[in-house]
Amino acid sequence: MAHAYTPGLKVTDSTIVVKRRRLPILGEVLVNLGDTVTSETIVARTKIPGDPETVNVANLLGLDPADVPECMLKQVGDPVKKGEVIALKKSFFGLFKSTLESPIDGTVDNISPITGQITLRGPSIPIEIQAYIPGKVIEVIDREGVVIETPAALIQGIFGVGGERQGVLHMAVNDPAEVLTEDKITPDMKGKIIVGGSLCTIGAIKKADEVGVVGIVVGGIIDKDLVEFLGYDIGVAITGHEDIDLTIIMTEGFGQIRMAEKTFNLLKSLNGQVASINGATQIRAGVMRPEVIVALDEFKERHDEDAVGEGGMSVGTPIRIIREPYFGKLAVVEELPAELQQIESETKARVLVARLQDTGELVTVPRANVELIEE
Amino acid sequence: MAQLNPDKIQSIIATDCGSTTTKAILIEKVDGEFRLVSRGEAPTTVEAPFEDVTIGVRNAIREIEELVGKKFLQDDEERGVLTPRVEPNKGVDLYLSTSSAGGGLQMMVAGVVKNMTAESAERAALGAGAIVMDAIAINDGRQPYQKIQRIRELRPDMILVSGGIAGGTITHVAELAELIAAAEPRPRLGIGYNLPIIYAGNKDARSYVQEILGSKTDLRIVDNLRPVLEEEVLGPARHEIHNLFMEHVMAQAPGYNKLMKWADAPIMPTPGAVGLIIENTAKQEKISVIGVDIGGATTDVFSVFQDKFNRTVSANLGMSYSICNVLTEAGDENILRWVPFDINRDDLRNRVRNKMIRPTTIPQTLEDLVIEQAMAREALRLAFEHHKDLAVGLRGVQQKRDISQTFEQSGTGETLVDVMDLGMLIGSGGVLSHAPRRIQAVLMMLDAFQPEGITRLTVDSIFMAPQLGVLSTIHPVAANDVFQKDCLIRLGTCIAPVGTAKEGDPCVTVTATLPDGQQVEKSVPYGSIDTIPLADGFAEVVIRPARGFDVGEGRGHEVKATLEGGVGGLIIDARGRQPLYLPEDTENRIRKLLEWYKALDVYPMDVLAKYAKK
Repeated sequence: MAHAYTPGLKVTDSTIVVKRRRLPILGEVLVNLGDTVTSETIVARTKIPGDPETVNVANLLGLDPADVPECMLKQVGDPVKKGEVIALKKSFFGLFKSTLESPIDGTVDNISPITGQITLRGPSIPIEIQAYIPGKVIEVIDREGVVIETPAALIQGIFGVGGERQGVLHMAVNDPAEVLTEDKITPDMKGKIIVGGSLCTIGAIKKADEVGVVGIVVGGIIDKDLVEFLGYDIGVAITGHEDIDLTIIMTEGFGQIRMAEKTFNLLKSLNGQVASINGATQIRAGVMRPEVIVALDEFKERHDEDAVGEGGMSVGTPIRIIREPYFGKLAVVEELPAELQQIESETKARVLVARLQDTGELVTVPRANVELIEE
Repeated sequence: MAQLNPDKIQSIIATDCGSTTTKAILIEKVDGEFRLVSRGEAPTTVEAPFEDVTIGVRNAIREIEELVGKKFLQDDEERGVLTPRVEPNKGVDLYLSTSSAGGGLQMMVAGVVKNMTAESAERAALGAGAIVMDAIAINDGRQPYQKIQRIRELRPDMILVSGGIAGGTITHVAELAELIAAAEPRPRLGIGYNLPIIYAGNKDARSYVQEILGSKTDLRIVDNLRPVLEEEVLGPARHEIHNLFMEHVMAQAPGYNKLMKWADAPIMPTPGAVGLIIENTAKQEKISVIGVDIGGATTDVFSVFQDKFNRTVSANLGMSYSICNVLTEAGDENILRWVPFDINRDDLRNRVRNKMIRPTTIPQTLEDLVIEQAMAREALRLAFEHHKDLAVGLRGVQQKRDISQTFEQSGTGETLVDVMDLGMLIGSGGVLSHAPRRIQAVLMMLDAFQPEGITRLTVDSIFMAPQLGVLSTIHPVAANDVFQKDCLIRLGTCIAPVGTAKEGDPCVTVTATLPDGQQVEKSVPYGSIDTIPLADGFAEVVIRPARGFDVGEGRGHEVKATLEGGVGGLIIDARGRQPLYLPEDTENRIRKLLEWYKALDVYPMDVLAKYAKK
């Protein structure tokens, strides 16, 4: 049966990370099977056709569209230079001439006797794909890309903005409950990925952006602060393509929420190491969560890896409640009644009884509203 | 696919591969009629690590096998459902499937004139079950380079190109084809494949289109979808969209080649199948119908008015994945107007965002439920507005007017949606189908769609409309039996007089003769809502609207009708139309909301009072 609760996000000090790096269209793969790559290694490249520009020759030279082909000095496939005369119209037995110059550097892509338009195409645009993580090439997909594998520490966040970046991890706070404020951002953080606690204020985000921080990993952010930083509202949960220089990853959610102890301690243990991060989030089938990856020299055998996450919940499992009225609270499972129970909203749901960590109070919550955590 | 004889079909399995869940239903002939016997579901397995849709399909069917103790699957995992049935407990006579997994069918459309051929192309694509990513037109106000850029950015599954009536423009059609050729579009799925393009425009431009796009794309040519201004022929284009959906989109999606072989009929895009069942209902009952499916990411609205079927999809209005967009598009004010207590705006925004990033959570508190249902009202309202804009009569058509119409401002292209003519409203999607009290679904639909006059309200119990839609192509009787008896839950009939007055003024008196002969009379003043309980069966009803109010026969005119009951009975909505009476000042608004919620027993009032006091 499907699990009735949200499985915890992956937070582990050692796992095998596998990344598929593919071109958007067919091209050339630049590395071989078994090669070792760094995160900046270009593994594949291609050229996408340049931007086209349509020019209405018939209108500009006062011609009938059908006469355009014979007035063209350049034919399909010919290269053209910006300012070069590409069409010529003669009238009055050649006494009057009007000409048309190419508005761009490129080639002639199409000449249409129906519309009287020509299409010029700018130079091809090269596209290169980096390895993103250091590791070993374990598969080459012919003309498309590669698959790279590395042992690594992996931290998945819940929501992020901004794309792939690399930088040195730097703890900007000392405690998972601490708020990352503007005064804690210093110029020496340039090019680094900084770690905050329960919240990152808008002042801190702006200052970080100013000094050239490449990434922030933090427990929570206030919704309106994120809107202010981006300059627009995020309507749909597909992110990663924002035009920003700073990738932000939230590990817990919106609002001020203490970063999970395990996440914080793992990040702390990785302080000073180079990490690859990506804020891209997509919440629907094939869920994609933002990530922090720190490649390791070797895979550390762990016998307890994800024991809780894979096996489900039992009495004593530490959890976080992820919906009102106990949003963000940490608790421990005390009881797992099998039968459905009616909750305040009158929904019938599978529930659990948990003891809140801060007050010791026993509360009943739907299993769908908790997340497993490993402390 | 073998030729099927509907008379020999006794048992059917149908699956719908959604983007998150694959749902299977088992239908069997019981005592001469087809009934839903069992259902099963399993997570969809299109994405990594499985990357084979048939695993989810087998899992969902296996759940049914376990529940009914019969065998439907072949032992070999590579093979599908056992058809035909070999013995009563082994196999079924028919297996069908629909799919919206992997993002469904995503299309672009193009036409010469924005609100003529481009709009017709959009209707054809939507009707076939697609999400229309953009509609390009010569006169859409964008520069050619902007249009080219747009085509390059979006990677549709296919493009439908239209333009020019018979004997009409060729130049503009060629210009469209040149734009597309210049963009060199790539399909979303299947690297290295040519993008499928359907040309359904002026016949005289075909050779030019072939010349321009033939070598660069996978071009298909079908009949013009607008051969004359006065006529729209969407059938051939829709048919070709379905063919290409099978050949390209499905064939590229992991595991679908196998699934296509398993199924006894082509796999349909989920919304296309839902559209069929809505269309059939309208035809059979000879009424106008609106169907709505509110999901996590999108809201689909289907309608049949004046025998014309229309579908729209609001791609960014949903209850989880795109819930933040509902907040942005509707605005805090519009959402909070349905909430009978005060809530901090920042708190509301953080809550909505957290719902987006953790979409599987459920409202535990009544406060959360009320907010979620307020969001649903606004998502439905916005999706309906969008639908009304596209479900219009043909534009650009010459109309003959008589003298009485001389001073009317109506032009061509008016919306076909007439809520006074609406006979039935069908709701589906978790927030409607699984509301803790069915009456909550009634009120959400009333507030969002504001039907006028007399309207039956229903919800799809477990969202099996897709499977029944595809079944209707093979076995319409079985599809209809199950749809009427097991799929639709009757919520009741709404009586909503149109007009406005002062709160408390007389509005309507309803006298109902119930199936047991008992007579009930209720007078409901303006600004109020009330019900006459009628859980089952029909009542003979006399509706007497007050002066100035119309329930379908004109202002102040009495209406007699036989009305069907349901969970909510006969709902007398005297809150006025248009607009629906909702006071602007907070105190009065909350007073009214609480009064309505109490009258219909929408929420547990003692718990609601706790939040109202806070």
